[in-house]
Amino acid sequence: MGVMTYAEAARLSLEQEMDRDPRVWALGEDLGPEGGVAGQYRGLQQKFGPERILDTPISESMIMGSAVGAAICGTRPVVELRYADFGFCAADEIVNQAAKIRYMLGGQVRAPLVIRQSVGMRNGMAAQHSQNNEALWVHVPGLVVIAPGTPADTHGLLKAAIRCDDPVVFLEHKELWATSGEVDPQAGPLPIGVARLVRPGADATLVTWSSTLGRALEAADALAQSGISLEVVDLRTLWPWDRDTVFASVRKTGRLVVAHESVRVGGFGAELVAEVAQTMFPALKAAPVRVASPRAPVPYAKPLEDMCRVSADMIAAAVREMLPADPSGPLAGT
Amino acid sequence: MTDKALPTTARVLEMHRMMCTIREFDEQAGQALDSGLARGSVHQYVGEEAIATGVCANLAATDYIASYHRGHGHSIAKGVDPVGMAKELLGRTGGVCGGKGGSMHIADFSRGMLGANGVVPDGVSLAVGAAQAVKLLRQDRIVAAFFGDGALNRGPLFEALNWARVYQLPLLFICEDNLYSATQRTGAVTAGPGGVARAQSFDIVTETVDGNDVLAVDAAAARLTARIRDGGGPAYLYATTYRWYGHLAFDKGLYRDPAEVKSWRERDCIARIEAWLIGRGVDKAALAATREAVKRAIDAAYEAARAAPFPDKHHAFTDVQDIGGPAWA
Repeated sequence: MGVMTYAEAARLSLEQEMDRDPRVWALGEDLGPEGGVAGQYRGLQQKFGPERILDTPISESMIMGSAVGAAICGTRPVVELRYADFGFCAADEIVNQAAKIRYMLGGQVRAPLVIRQSVGMRNGMAAQHSQNNEALWVHVPGLVVIAPGTPADTHGLLKAAIRCDDPVVFLEHKELWATSGEVDPQAGPLPIGVARLVRPGADATLVTWSSTLGRALEAADALAQSGISLEVVDLRTLWPWDRDTVFASVRKTGRLVVAHESVRVGGFGAELVAEVAQTMFPALKAAPVRVASPRAPVPYAKPLEDMCRVSADMIAAAVREMLPADPSGPLAGT
Repeated sequence: MTDKALPTTARVLEMHRMMCTIREFDEQAGQALDSGLARGSVHQYVGEEAIATGVCANLAATDYIASYHRGHGHSIAKGVDPVGMAKELLGRTGGVCGGKGGSMHIADFSRGMLGANGVVPDGVSLAVGAAQAVKLLRQDRIVAAFFGDGALNRGPLFEALNWARVYQLPLLFICEDNLYSATQRTGAVTAGPGGVARAQSFDIVTETVDGNDVLAVDAAAARLTARIRDGGGPAYLYATTYRWYGHLAFDKGLYRDPAEVKSWRERDCIARIEAWLIGRGVDKAALAATREAVKRAIDAAYEAARAAPFPDKHHAFTDVQDIGGPAWA
């Protein structure tokens, strides 16, 4: 084991997959000289050459469109879109081509490619560099959607994404690039579609992903001070999401909170809440709750940006609110 | 035909047969839509057959092509079986895409046909990627991307031209200018000197041909594909032509001046090559026999399609994705 950052883990993962499979290559803006916005490609062009780490013009349509063409002709491209917000410039190629080509062509061909997009708020990047767009991609049949929240998960899930024969949208959070964690450099791919039970608890289930995981764990610590035991599940893969783990947890606790940084309205939390309510309504002790961003663009000024952030306090407050109020103890009578 | 020997009669007869096959297939495609056997969008290639024929006569079986919504002619010229295409058009089992794509998604990877496409100009984008893969995998192939003049004002086409030239990809762009973007006259909505200048501004080698003259298309495609195979980077063939029918099979094309339609029909690519062949001593009866044989083959293709069953209903939910497909949801 070793300690490395989320960005280093991503870099190592891609390097190992490129060593393993000569069909794997990456393309995007600023991969060579800059090494990617967070250094997640640093040194790879020197090692693999300018054809396999391809520096492209600012041409999102062609970065994505050519990747689909190259994927259906025997290679496994890793697409770097730099910011998830720029993914919209390539939305046609993602939605109309990558996601559907296998189906439209009657299964003649597959499009094994990874679409990397850095998501989320970080240090005042404002409305066009801070978005979380996971719900849009989950809505598109044909796509797998992954959003790792730790360096180890980034390392293992990027490997899995590269080896996957379906197109995978891989969402990396800008706020996580510099965070560190334990990573086994020899570890293989992690399974897609399997959540991680990060912290066991008894009173409520908190389902989250990506950078909100850290806030969920802070909230769990704070709640523990008041004797409330929060179970934290990191979904890791948003499509297909791990129903077994989520359902088992909610069956145990009877309460569900979903927390995510993206907009609450039409967000992926709504899907989780609806599925849980439909599947196990009698097991619920309280109405499920979503903690997420208001339906507003992300503003620049710090005090305004903070209004759009999901904080540990907000998560903790939501959990407290769904528990029965009783002066003799948070769980008395349940 | 100034810079190489005239083609052999056998080669021209083969191209004549190909053009007749494409025309017959698309005449019957229109009838299939009218009678309700085909659904959705059917874009006929009638009138433009010389371009697909002349270009594909210069491609190997292993070369790739990508096409667009008006793609039947390119598929047939690349060797896709008209029976599998007719079945696809009618949404039947045995269609090249299992009945899941229809006219706008006909593809056959076993013939290097990477697909028609429902979005302008995404077939070009896929062709760029195919050429990139050819280069990465050090394969001995070239790629040809067909598109219409309607693509001339779409941003991704400019990105594709730039990209292909920057990376010197083995890619032939073929602009089939039939004067109309759907029902809009392209010239009325296009700035600048037109379709050739678009490519020239990216320093790409171009040729302009009469797209209704299959010999001219064949000769230009021969020059350009040879150059690409020699590692010369991308090239661009600009072919002027005209579609006899509307944008879609049910579009009567009433926005066009009847005199314009008439003048272009008089430049029919098939009649022209038949006159040339007769001048070469080919018997008129032999040409009629070819047309008859082609008609019988296409009749049989559509007959086989009508007789084929619809796909089993479970196929609505196959080939979506391996992980998290509809069975999961």
